[in-house]
Amino acid sequence: MESVEFEVLKLLEENARMKDEEVAEVLALPVDRVREIIKKFEKEGIILKYKAIVDWEKVQDDFVYAIINVKVSLTREKGYDDIAKRIAKFSEVHAVRLVSGEYDFQVVVKGKSLKDIAFFVAEKISTIPEVRDTFTHFVLRTYKEEGVNLFEEEEDRRLALVP
Amino acid sequence: MSRRVARRVEELKPSGIRRFFDLVVGRDDVISLGVGEPDFPVPWRVREEMIYSLEKGYTSYTSNVGLPELREGIAEYYTRFGVTTMPEQIIVTSGVSEGVDLAIRTLIEPGDVALIPEPCYVSYKPLVEICGGEAVTIPTVPDFKLDYDMLMGYKEAGAKVLVLNYPANPTGVSYSKKELEEIADAVNELDLIVLSDEIYAELTYTGRHVSLAALNGMEDRVVIFNGFSKAFSMTGLRVGYVIAPPDIFAGMLKIHQYCMLCAPITGQIGAIEALKCLDEVDRMRAEYMRRRNFVVKRLSEIFEIKKPEGAFYAFPKISSTGMSSEEFAEGLLMKKNVAVVPGNAFGECGEGHIRIAYAVKFEKLKEAMDRIKEFVEEYGKG
Repeated sequence: MESVEFEVLKLLEENARMKDEEVAEVLALPVDRVREIIKKFEKEGIILKYKAIVDWEKVQDDFVYAIINVKVSLTREKGYDDIAKRIAKFSEVHAVRLVSGEYDFQVVVKGKSLKDIAFFVAEKISTIPEVRDTFTHFVLRTYKEEGVNLFEEEEDRRLALVP
Repeated sequence: MSRRVARRVEELKPSGIRRFFDLVVGRDDVISLGVGEPDFPVPWRVREEMIYSLEKGYTSYTSNVGLPELREGIAEYYTRFGVTTMPEQIIVTSGVSEGVDLAIRTLIEPGDVALIPEPCYVSYKPLVEICGGEAVTIPTVPDFKLDYDMLMGYKEAGAKVLVLNYPANPTGVSYSKKELEEIADAVNELDLIVLSDEIYAELTYTGRHVSLAALNGMEDRVVIFNGFSKAFSMTGLRVGYVIAPPDIFAGMLKIHQYCMLCAPITGQIGAIEALKCLDEVDRMRAEYMRRRNFVVKRLSEIFEIKKPEGAFYAFPKISSTGMSSEEFAEGLLMKKNVAVVPGNAFGECGEGHIRIAYAVKFEKLKEAMDRIKEFVEEYGKG
């Protein structure tokens, strides 16, 4: 990938609301070139979506998140991809990752209450024939999300003028 | 007792920035583009090491020259700027400021001449004058770049020392290897010792910084100054270093032993870790470079401006507004709450310019650029 294209991706990953004109100014590129690059990435599915990172705890969100570690047994007919897709298609499921170590999948589930999630896991995840075991960890507080600290940044303590 | 303060100190001019500083401090909601230090935090890995060192009780003096591991790290690190050196040639100082003072005191006798290209950082000239030396300034207008002819024009001055700072504060100017070779020719012909302040070396946007000491025949003529303030945001921790030829090294070390003893140990421990975090520097450099592009684009719509090659400063020419540097800076502060430093604070030939430090978050930078534009439209002469 050309390095300017890479630069565009990095800027948008940091701030998806950056205007095309600003991206152009910052990278010293013509604005048409920037639009062309972004279009291309959207078309190729490299840029998937533009989302905000929300600190839901600040708006007294009613949602509960849980991390479910899932162990599975593979069969000739069903590999990791098949099982993962089956889990991922539930709207309650926020993220699915195949991981190394003691478990096979790490699944993040979003629900309205602890009970809600517990039932979802019991009824929908545990009942998948290849799933051997599930371990549910409810999230109590989030400190960092997508590289963003969810606590107050330090204040700028520099003097107002420095030679 | 009629005279308490020594004459040479009394005769020293106070820093031109002081008066302006007082104006800025009293005001609320100022966007300051006058801060000559990074806005990024010190990398957390470095902070962790320093915290941990305090817990373990590393609070003593270090050897005068600095911690062995740090000197070794610096010697290895400096090869990236083309310099082969040994830890034995390095003194860890309390910032570049101390290093420059040590070198000038080591080299300058009363009556000796130091050549200082202007506009430049505020401390070189007074430090020469305190030693009874004569600071001969070289106005580097209009491009703020020193070259062979310019330097040879000062042959008659009979100078001993040249102070060179690149990438430069306040102009952002830097030099390619080819340009440095020309300067080196003049340095040889004039038999000069060069004090090379390379504190902004990591913040070079046109390839890799080349140290003057890396050029053929220069290693015995150049004293290198660098440190951790700008590249690693460690300004208040006061860790810099000098790499000097043996005779100059010995002289500087004597003064350092008497006046500073050693650089702060906490900062030195942080610096050892900092040298392992060069990818953090890459990240910060990339961000400064984006801001530079943005600032140059915006300013060039209003002013004449040379694209800075390094550091985090832009030095646009504002004389088209009909205002002097100070009138412009004061007006901009009073009317639009944006602080910049008037160019004449960095030498007479900086008049007609302002220094903009873009070590500021992008959102604020955007707002500041809008306000500068408004100010020029409202108060500049057509």
